[in-house]
Amino acid sequence: MVTLSAAQKKAQRSRSVAIGIALALMVVIFYIATIAKFGPGILNPGM
Amino acid sequence: MALVDHRRLDAADHLSEATAGDFFALLKPRVMSLVVFTAFVGLAAAPAEVNPFIAVIAVLAIAVGAGASGALNMWYDADVDAVMRRTASRPVPSGRIRPEQALAFGLVLSALSVMTLGVLVNWLAAAMLAFTIFFYAVVYTMWLKRWTPQNIVIGGAAGSFPPMIGYAAATGHIGLESVLLFLIIFLWTPPHFWALALFKSEEYGRAGIPMMPNVAGEASTRRQIFAYSLIVAVAGVLPTLAGFASLAYGVVAATLGLGFVFYAWRVLVMPDADRQMRPAKALFGYSLLYLFAVFAVYLADALVARASGLV
Repeated sequence: MVTLSAAQKKAQRSRSVAIGIALALMVVIFYIATIAKFGPGILNPGM
Repeated sequence: MALVDHRRLDAADHLSEATAGDFFALLKPRVMSLVVFTAFVGLAAAPAEVNPFIAVIAVLAIAVGAGASGALNMWYDADVDAVMRRTASRPVPSGRIRPEQALAFGLVLSALSVMTLGVLVNWLAAAMLAFTIFFYAVVYTMWLKRWTPQNIVIGGAAGSFPPMIGYAAATGHIGLESVLLFLIIFLWTPPHFWALALFKSEEYGRAGIPMMPNVAGEASTRRQIFAYSLIVAVAGVLPTLAGFASLAYGVVAATLGLGFVFYAWRVLVMPDADRQMRPAKALFGYSLLYLFAVFAVYLADALVARASGLV
């Protein structure tokens, strides 16, 4: 078990928030870019 | 028991106190802002219709790629950064981020930015971004910087590519107008950095970096700055001479170029005894304004021409 100092806890939280935001942004970017490139029809299931 | 306590202490010591802000600093945000701006101008002034969202992604990917090369630079240059006052507080030399963390961060962002640009925009722009990162991190940082006083002359190509990448992202090819934008930044880089090197020559000397004032002397550097300023002033009006920009752009660029020559001339006649080097500091500041203004006017000119149906 490792005990983090207050500074380490604060830094870890800051990094976690940044990684979370970056990953969420990447999902949104790829989602919208897919629609922008292929058109909204990409969301319709093929028959 | 004592052994366990030691392990606990060691493990805690190895945990990072680097914040997200420290990692952001690895991206050299100030350099990145210039890259974003020039890439945006290359993209927005290109004669092609681009989906606005894809355009934003292209600029973002170029910005992240530029930031990644900055992180790789800081990983490799931590030793010289540590002995220069201007760079000693950077995350790696100050100990907030370990070198291997900076290396991993730079490599991951390099791969991510190139792949994103390739998959979502086009592979020519992605290949150019990959080459730019390689050129800055390997050719400039690892090879030229510590070897030759022409380091920033040749290495300046890395900072000159963003408008070409932006243009390629919009059009899918390399146009002559984007090569002219490359040329303006490429020729602007030596007088810009040598102005800085003049008033920071002591620090560069201490770090063992062979900048022009440390190798060829201040008088020779001042002459070379002036010579480059003349060439930059001409390069600035090339878009008009080549028919890619209006006469109005040409007049503004020529005026800004004359200002560049004036500031460089003040550096040329600066007395050897002047250790404050105000003319060199003034040229450094003006050169930033010059590049921003030339690109802003070029963009405005292209948008006006498009709006009025000339293109």
